[in-house]
Formats: sequence, structure tokens, C-alpha cells
Amino acid sequence: MSLLETHGLTAFYGDFQALFGVDIRLERGETVAIIGANGAGKTTLMRSIAGVLRNAPGMIRHDGAEVGALPADTVMKRGIAMVPEGRRLFPSLSVEENLVIGGQHKGGRDFGDRLDAMLGRGAATLAAHAHGSGYWTLETVYALFPILEERKDNPGTALSGGQQQMVAIGRALMSNPEVLLCDEISLGLAPVVIKDIYAALPKIKESGASVIVVEQDIGQALKVADRVYCMMEGRVTLEGRPGEIGREAIHEAYFGAKAQ
Amino acid sequence: MIWVDTIVQGVLLGGLYALFAAGLSLVFGIMRLVNLAHGDLIVMGAYLILVLVTALGLGPFLAALVAAPVMFLIGWSLQKFVLNRTLGEDILPPLLVTFGLSIVLQNVLLEGFSADSQRISAGALETASLALGPVNVGVMPLMTFASAVLVIVALNQIFYRTAIGRAFRATSDDAVTASLMGIRPGRVFATATGIAMVVVTIAALYLGVRANFDPSIGPARLIYAFEAVIIGGLGSLWGTLAGGIIIGVAQTVGAAINPEWQILAGHVAFLVVLLLRPRGLFPRGSD
Repeated sequence: MSLLETHGLTAFYGDFQALFGVDIRLERGETVAIIGANGAGKTTLMRSIAGVLRNAPGMIRHDGAEVGALPADTVMKRGIAMVPEGRRLFPSLSVEENLVIGGQHKGGRDFGDRLDAMLGRGAATLAAHAHGSGYWTLETVYALFPILEERKDNPGTALSGGQQQMVAIGRALMSNPEVLLCDEISLGLAPVVIKDIYAALPKIKESGASVIVVEQDIGQALKVADRVYCMMEGRVTLEGRPGEIGREAIHEAYFGAKAQ
Repeated sequence: MIWVDTIVQGVLLGGLYALFAAGLSLVFGIMRLVNLAHGDLIVMGAYLILVLVTALGLGPFLAALVAAPVMFLIGWSLQKFVLNRTLGEDILPPLLVTFGLSIVLQNVLLEGFSADSQRISAGALETASLALGPVNVGVMPLMTFASAVLVIVALNQIFYRTAIGRAFRATSDDAVTASLMGIRPGRVFATATGIAMVVVTIAALYLGVRANFDPSIGPARLIYAFEAVIIGGLGSLWGTLAGGIIIGVAQTVGAAINPEWQILAGHVAFLVVLLLRPRGLFPRGSD
């Protein structure tokens, strides 16, 4: 049983169909990269898994349980955290508050969750679940990205793009996720900054998180991933291990045409 | 000396208007919901306190203490079961629904309590006064103003120092991303409206002790509350207090010149501020 799998996942924006039966899986301890051009459906796939877009229950399974129809907050409490595309820090919160809020609602201890449990709702979905390693706290996030501690009292949005991305990653880590979804974390950043961000990945894996990274940069994806999926027009067009898939195959899967 | 007195009375009256407005400001700041039934909810709170005072023989302050959790639950349920369904891209549904709620509340109160005007009695406290330097101030208005300042301080503490306050701000910034943090926006909104209704209870207490009320006076309180929020700048709680004080002072100064000008002077002050500072005195930066 995989840690996370999708089965024939479809997704719609109104009448527009964005995903046409996507099957991917993530094993425990793995890093999987999803590559593809703009509009291939990568972000839609991430938003579906995270619960921002709701699907049929059986289309997404976490630890065997059907989670496709759960709302985003419940998915997060099960241990699936997302670094959203475009970072999306909260402008009204300082850097430190942005980090703290990432972890403060994990664990289903708030009033609404208790009420749900009392009424016998959501108890099965909220899982007395493996709550990650508990490794990530403010201290360990600051150790991972020391610059954030210096800027902790600044508004989140006053930081440079790279630093904002660090906050977004730290914010997701604060919930000690079992699965970390990273959507386009290198988008719009300078190569040297991208290198800094990806340097954090080994430590994140060591803490016990399995990772899905969405990337447009094929080279970066092949470097960090154990397995790669390539998407085009809402379908998976290629799957393989970085060493085993050739340039032509990727080119064809990425652009839908043979390399010249 | 008469002018000093007039202005002091105006400032204290502003405290009452700030209390009317604080709940409105909180709800608008968090979920961009304009609650047109806010004034009627204050009147409903006053009747609830009145019932507790007359039926159980409680003092008005104790009665308000008992009413506060009841009002919290009413606000929480109202948000969770009714108002959350109206929130979305379109700003019209919440306006229509709260406008309807305002009419329903007025008529239910009319049915239950008749159109006779009522009053919450606070005994000797109503007429007690203190000599502060050159002016005498009533103990009740002083307590009203102190309560307004305390409410604003408390709301600011909740907003900027607590976990639920962080959730309020995050949800107000971006509800979808907040849900990725494990926050369910509907629950956060319900809690916010519950807290606003606790503030409404405090406003209702001072409304009912200060003057007569009947089921039809809600909309006029709503206007003062609105003006205070807009003068202060949307989303700023301290601005709301300042807005209340400006209306209060304008009203007492207007009344001192000519008693017919009291209400008019408050509205004129509001229009003047709107002309000079269309976004209010202390608008919150990013909005």
C-alpha cells in the first residue's frame, strides 16, 4: 500500500476539465517530481490532493483511506501539507506568525474538532494518525533557514522572493507533515536562490516527510527525485526513474512532439 | 467652562457609539460582511438583559454577564447556519439577508414586547456623578467610555496576541491558504461573530441603562455604528473608537449651539471626514 495514491483522478473548473484520469503514487520516504509545461495540470493535481478542489472519495487514498472528498483543513490534519504556488504568505502576519500558524491547528485539538468528535463526525477521518516525527518547531525551522530568525518580526511580504519561499516551506513543515507537497517552489527565483532552497530538501526528507515537488525545471526535478512523472494536457505521459528515462522520451512527454 | 463640559460629555458619548461600532468593525474586518441587523441585535441584547433583570431580579451588570454567553451562542449559530452561506464573491447576498434579518428581529421584538419604550434600571448609579476638575461627569457615561476602551484593548489583544487572532487575520487575508493551515474558515467566522455579539451585549447594557429603547430604534444605532467605523477607517479598532468620539463630540457641540442640530451635526461631521479622508482616518494598510 502506497503512502499516497491517486486513481483515475479527474478535476474540473466549471465545464473545463483539467485532469483526465491521473494515476500517481508516492511511497514512504520517496521524493517524486512532477514535471510538465504550463497548463499541464500539475497545480490542479496538487490542489486536488490538498483538498482545495474536492473529488470523489476513492480518487485519492492516503495510507489506504479514501481522502478525495475531504476538505483542505482535514487533509492537512491527516499530515498532508502543501507549499502553494506563489508562496501565498499572509500579509497581516509577521514571519514568525506565518510559521506558527502552520502548526497551530494540527492535531485536531480546536473546539470545532472536538465538537465533530463528540457528534461522531470526522473521527474516522481525523485519525489517531501517525503525526509525523515532531521534529519541526520554530527552532528547527530557524536552524534550517537562519535568515528567517533575523527577519522574524517583519511582515511576511516584506521579504525577498527567496526568503518568502523559505517562510512558505517552513510554514508547511511546522505541522510535521508526513507528505509535503511543493508546488513550483523555484518559480520566479534566481538560480543561486533555487539552489539554497533545494539544499533544504535532504534535511526535510531526513525528518520523515515524503515529498512531491512540482517543477517546470526538468534538470532540477531529475536531480532531486527518486521517480518522475511528466504531465501534459491533464494526463500523465511518462513515468520513470531519472537514470532510466532518456531525453527524447521526456521531450516527447513534455511537449507532445518528437525532439528534432 | 461650558464648552469644556460639552466636549467632555461628547467624548463620553463617543464611547457608547464606539461600543455600538466595535462588533460591526470586527466582523467587517475579518470577513468583509456588512451586518445590517447589527443595530437590531443590540436592541435584542437590551431586551434580553431587561428580561433577566425583571424575571430573575438580577442587577443589570450581572444580567449582562449572564446574557453574554447566550449572545455568543446566538452569534455563533447565526454565522454558522445562516451568514456563512451568504459569503462569496458577490457582496449582495449578505446585505439582503441581514437586511431581512433586521426586519424579522424588529417584528419579533414588537410581537414579544410591544411598541412601548422600556428601560433597564441601574438604581442610584444612573444619577451618580463625579467632580473632575472644572466639570462634573456622570458615573454611567464614564463607565461606558471606560468599557469602550477596555473592549477595544481586549479585541486588539485577541487579534494580535492569540492563536485565534492569528487565524482571524490569516483567514481574512486568504481563506483558501488558511484552509491549507488546517483552519476551517466557516468556524473562524462563527467564532468572530460570537465575539462580536459579546461586544453587542456590552453595548446593549449601556444603551438600555442610558435611555429608553423600543423595537424600532435599531437602524438608527446602526447608522452611528457605521459612521464610527467609516470615520475611523475600515478594519482599524482604535480608529473605530476615534470615529465614535468624533460623532459624539459633534453631536453634543451641535446640541449646545441649537438642540435641533444634535443628530444633524453628527452626520455632518461624518460627511466632512469622508470628504477630507475618503478612506477614513486610520485605514488598514493593505485593504
